[in-house]
Amino acid sequence: MEATVTTGSEEKVWSGGNQPMGASYGKMMIWFFIVSDALTFSGFLAAYGFSRFKFIDSWPIADEVFNHFPFLHGVDAPMYYVALMTFILIFSSVTMVLAVDAGHKMDKAKVTFYMLLTIIGGLIFLGSQAWEWKNFIKGQYGAIETTSGRIFQFVDASTGERVALSDFAVSLNEDRITHSANKGVWYESERPLTTFSLNEVIAGFEANSNIVVRTETNAAEGGKVILDRQQTAETLAKATAVVEGANLVHNEYGHPLFANYFFFITGFHGFHVFTGICINILIFFNVILGTYERRNSYEMVEKVGLYWHFVDLVWVFVFTFFYLV
Amino acid sequence: MSATSQAHMEDHAHDHGHHKQSFISKYIFSMDHKMISKQYLITMLFMGIIGIVMSILFRMQIAWPGESFKIFEVLLGRWAPEGVMDPNIYLALVTIHGTIMVFFVLTQGLSGTFSNLLIPLQIGARDMASGFMNMLSYWLFFISAVIMLLSLFVEAGPAAAGWTIYPPLSALPQAQGGSGTGMTMWLISMGIFIASSLLGSLNYIVTILNLRTKGMSMTRLPLTIWAFFVTAIIGVVSFPVLLSAALLLIMDRSFGTSFFLSDIFIQGEVLHYQGGSPVLFEHLFWFLGHPEVYIVILPAMGIVSEIMSTNSRKPIFGYRAMVASILAIGFLSTIVWGHHMFVSGMNPFLGSVFTFTTLLIAIPSAVKAFNWITTIWKGNLQMNTAMLWSIGFVSTFITGGLTGIIVGDSALDINVHDTYFVIAHFHLVMGISAVYGMLAGIYHWYPKMFGRMMNKNLGYIHFWITAICSYGVFFPMHFVGLAGVPRRYYTNTAFPMFDDLTDIQIVMTVFAIIAALVQVVFLYNFFHSIFYGKKATQNPWNSTTLEWTTPVEAIHGNWPGAIPEVHRWPYDYSKVNEDGEYVIPGQDFVPQHIPLQENEEELNH
Repeated sequence: MEATVTTGSEEKVWSGGNQPMGASYGKMMIWFFIVSDALTFSGFLAAYGFSRFKFIDSWPIADEVFNHFPFLHGVDAPMYYVALMTFILIFSSVTMVLAVDAGHKMDKAKVTFYMLLTIIGGLIFLGSQAWEWKNFIKGQYGAIETTSGRIFQFVDASTGERVALSDFAVSLNEDRITHSANKGVWYESERPLTTFSLNEVIAGFEANSNIVVRTETNAAEGGKVILDRQQTAETLAKATAVVEGANLVHNEYGHPLFANYFFFITGFHGFHVFTGICINILIFFNVILGTYERRNSYEMVEKVGLYWHFVDLVWVFVFTFFYLV
Repeated sequence: MSATSQAHMEDHAHDHGHHKQSFISKYIFSMDHKMISKQYLITMLFMGIIGIVMSILFRMQIAWPGESFKIFEVLLGRWAPEGVMDPNIYLALVTIHGTIMVFFVLTQGLSGTFSNLLIPLQIGARDMASGFMNMLSYWLFFISAVIMLLSLFVEAGPAAAGWTIYPPLSALPQAQGGSGTGMTMWLISMGIFIASSLLGSLNYIVTILNLRTKGMSMTRLPLTIWAFFVTAIIGVVSFPVLLSAALLLIMDRSFGTSFFLSDIFIQGEVLHYQGGSPVLFEHLFWFLGHPEVYIVILPAMGIVSEIMSTNSRKPIFGYRAMVASILAIGFLSTIVWGHHMFVSGMNPFLGSVFTFTTLLIAIPSAVKAFNWITTIWKGNLQMNTAMLWSIGFVSTFITGGLTGIIVGDSALDINVHDTYFVIAHFHLVMGISAVYGMLAGIYHWYPKMFGRMMNKNLGYIHFWITAICSYGVFFPMHFVGLAGVPRRYYTNTAFPMFDDLTDIQIVMTVFAIIAALVQVVFLYNFFHSIFYGKKATQNPWNSTTLEWTTPVEAIHGNWPGAIPEVHRWPYDYSKVNEDGEYVIPGQDFVPQHIPLQENEEELNH
């Protein structure tokens, strides 16, 4: 606090009748709101850490999950795209700083320009996040789930490379439709049918001698523990369902909590980005209409700027804990 | 008001403009802090009545288990077939009683009423920093209260998992009726409540920082303001974590995630939840839950400090120690949450750490208790109703605080965990004490709010009967708890070992009923005095703080002229010069806006 004090002795600064921190009430409210919101995110991240630590020896490897890049199908590009979108978001923070700075100089044209860039940066980030979600939901390889709810993914026995279900499953000419509550007995329903049924996957396993599964367990030397043919056959005997992609209940990447936290925390952050963009657009039009020119102060731009920086900062933590470590 | 002058009057008229207000903008969507304070007060009283009636209902069930009462049939309808209370509604009543009392009465009700009323008046401000947000805060509070009350009427019953809503009980609609729509509404209501609390707290904090009048340094703030300030900070820090917990719980309940749930079988069917942990919920919940009890008690402490000093005609003893203890309590409150979880399966080593931090809180609490006692020591005591409530507060706070040492220690807590001992502990230390602080505040600042005095004799009746009865309820409860009677049980008749305790349960319930009935005297006094009470004078308690320099008739902007400047701390009671005479001859108090007199030495408190 002392650092922000510019004039006078301590007694004078705090003796009332002034603004001891040199900040208007609105700006201070934003700061305290940020403190509060930061604690909400801390609650989520602490919960994430708590749960991840509980399953530390079987947590999915993020590098294998987030490895897509637009127009580079089938190329293993771990973290490339999320790094790019993080860069874009941070860059939008830079343009926000420039807008605030231009506001201090009462330069309406520059504020407008930089606010526009900030909004565009935010929109690109939001779109990228939607694309990430789409990839995450759609999945890439597919897996099976056993009676105990564990996920087993297929790999090539000789190379250890992941194998997609479509690469080995055999088409069996089964004719099935989803058994949903409105078509059957009202209390009976099932998950949407997957591209391949469990029988087709098992038939594919029997037809291809180099297919084995790997468990969720992390191997000591890195990667996951891979089972041999015999163990794989035993595992498939216990399989209950084929899993493709991810939702809040099942996911092909491993433990369901991984998808739960991914959807929830990035979703909650995305919601913050979305509100940030909405507020930015509102302020952007106010700037164009000259509201702040008339008010003779661009403090409002500074306030939304604080919020925008906060949202970016939160992403840095989310990025660190979900993707990097 | 020495500073008032015609020039100032005009100046003020120019600044604020006494534009005509419609009924709606004056009484409903008001942005004036004094009106918002009254809105909170009335809402709080209404919610308080509901909470108390609920407690009487379940106390009757405990005393006379399974017996038929006409009143059950009247109030509970189909939840009490032929007047016998249904076990499900018993749990719901316990849950909603806790929720209403903790959140709607003692958190937003207490802070909302007195922070709104006193912060601008005591620091010398025209209004809160943002009147609009203040209004928004109240109306969000109102909406959340309405949703909570509506949840009482849903088909499967209101939330019934206890006010702490531990999953899996609260997370699975199959677990009990109350975990269906009732719990969803509980969570929605709390979400809105948290937003309301946040808006309110932001306002309180920045108003205290930015809008203090000239001369009102932080060390000249009345202790009420210090208490409200730290309360608001605790609220800003801890409520968002409850929001985290509530959102994750909503996801678990409605969208199939497994944050708090794992390996659950219901009626032979295995549910899909995997890997979640209910202990995680307890951590998140109690990170709010514990600071919450200080959010409840700190405003009461501030109010009591102020009233005790005024009515003892003595400066508060150890002003700086009081401020330091408020800050210490505020800080410590955030690192003790684990003492609610000693038997949850949390690592016992962590339990011993939380025992240590918990017992540390005894230090600032004891500092405060001793300072109150030394404040009234050899004072010229004015036994006004507010003073009686304040003394009652110190009494119940010490009684309840001493058992806190027992339940705060993990080795001892294990024996009394989830028994009536804990109920007795927290009701005395935060429930009864905070209610006493609140009533003290109402009696003391009533003239400021309504321009009239409350009837003193009715106040005495109210105090003495309430004080005797609340000890009558909660003192025996300690022994019932030590005997092992568990909390939240619909009936204990299945355990022959508790048969001996039936009589004392009846005694406690009778005391509770009398205590509830005597609140009618208070309500009569309160509403009657609004219209027919004795007209108040400007400074009825001969107090030093700034709110008593405003006119009796509340006006928008608080002071008709310029805002008074402050020249001294708020506790110059019975201050004498070296010659033994009062600083202002014939007057044993010196208001804050009076400049230092000749030959007067400013106390270096």
